[in-house]
Amino acid sequence: MKLYPALFALAGLAYAGTVTASEIAPDDVKIVDGAVEQPLTDSPGDPERGLVSFTGRKAGNCLACHYVESLQDDYQFHGEVGTPLDGIADAYTAAEFRAKLINPKTELPDTIMPAFYRTSGFNRAAGKFDGKTILTAQEIEDVIAYLMTLKD
Amino acid sequence: MKKLLSLTAALALVAGATFAVAELADGYVSVKPTAEDHPLDEVISGYQFRIESTRATQDDDFENPGMLLLDQALDTWSEADGAAGKSCADCHGDDPIVSMKGAGSTFPKFTEKGDHRAFRNIENQINFCRTERMEAKPWKYDKPDMLGMTILARHADRGEPVNVAVDGDAAAMFEKGKEIYYTRYGQLDMACSHCHEDNYGNYIRADHLSQGQINGFPTYRFKWQGVGSAHRRFKGCMKNIRAEPFNVGEEEFLALELYTAWRGQGLPIETPAVRN
Repeated sequence: MKLYPALFALAGLAYAGTVTASEIAPDDVKIVDGAVEQPLTDSPGDPERGLVSFTGRKAGNCLACHYVESLQDDYQFHGEVGTPLDGIADAYTAAEFRAKLINPKTELPDTIMPAFYRTSGFNRAAGKFDGKTILTAQEIEDVIAYLMTLKD
Repeated sequence: MKKLLSLTAALALVAGATFAVAELADGYVSVKPTAEDHPLDEVISGYQFRIESTRATQDDDFENPGMLLLDQALDTWSEADGAAGKSCADCHGDDPIVSMKGAGSTFPKFTEKGDHRAFRNIENQINFCRTERMEAKPWKYDKPDMLGMTILARHADRGEPVNVAVDGDAAAMFEKGKEIYYTRYGQLDMACSHCHEDNYGNYIRADHLSQGQINGFPTYRFKWQGVGSAHRRFKGCMKNIRAEPFNVGEEEFLALELYTAWRGQGLPIETPAVRN
């Protein structure tokens, strides 16, 4: 797994200036029954931007663990660690995807999957990542929008 | 400690010093766990997870870049250094491949007596010899002198099964290493076990996850374009999961080295191995 922390940090900074009052902060998110109904931002998720986060090694890098048949032609090296995601939108709602992306460990305490929108509770997080989320609130909404396109 | 060894490791034992890792090329480098409470059904060398060309580079001593450092260390062995005017050979004899036998497969462990007694890996033992016996400057971790001499000590046991002690006074280090192994670290919040116990054999992007065995260290890595220690590899893993790494040569990584060595108990020493 090759990560590009410096580039990632830059992407994070670029977004840091766009935090608005209506954005829900990581510590304020409440996961209820495996779902988060309220979007994290006012701005609707964009599936095309979501695909960029989904596949980007410096971003969500979801493809590192999850196979997606429809991306086979355009992206190499789909992972085998997570659930294949073809048809996943038939199994979960946007609110459930939101909860899983924010912090999958509330439902699956032993999972390898990172919490993509959490800033606390980490052990020895490296300085440049300490107190930061892996994805921004908008990126979470964008990834959810992309996941919702994965219907059978 | 009684061991149940697979045919591969048993052959390694019989062949002893002249055992060539090349003989493993067509085989499956794995053994059955030696302890009843072992978390794995089968203990598999990282060799098994690498592509054919990488294995071939390891199998050919003339192609294996790690052998260059071994050659340099064989020269250094008989060179006096430090205020005491001693070389390694003055205490350990002229043939390290004979006198170092039994070291590579049994470190890390407690060594020396009295105030000098401490839990050491080979690197730390080398520096103990340098500072206390030779009155020479310690070598820096992961620099060529240190890597070469560590390779030499391990290489003397090439083909011998990993055989670390985890009882007696090593028990506390074993428990500490085990705790670290199963603790989540970093922003990605992963423990060693998530990749190397739950998911070995699976791909994370283009990386084929191994069991994280250390029987081939110090190892040549194509990614490094050089040789590195097990502690350097631990550090790399921690950086990958966006964690603040522990320090090389210090207690946490020594404990983790003991625990991971135990997870590979019975695997043949492959030093210097070649990995991607």
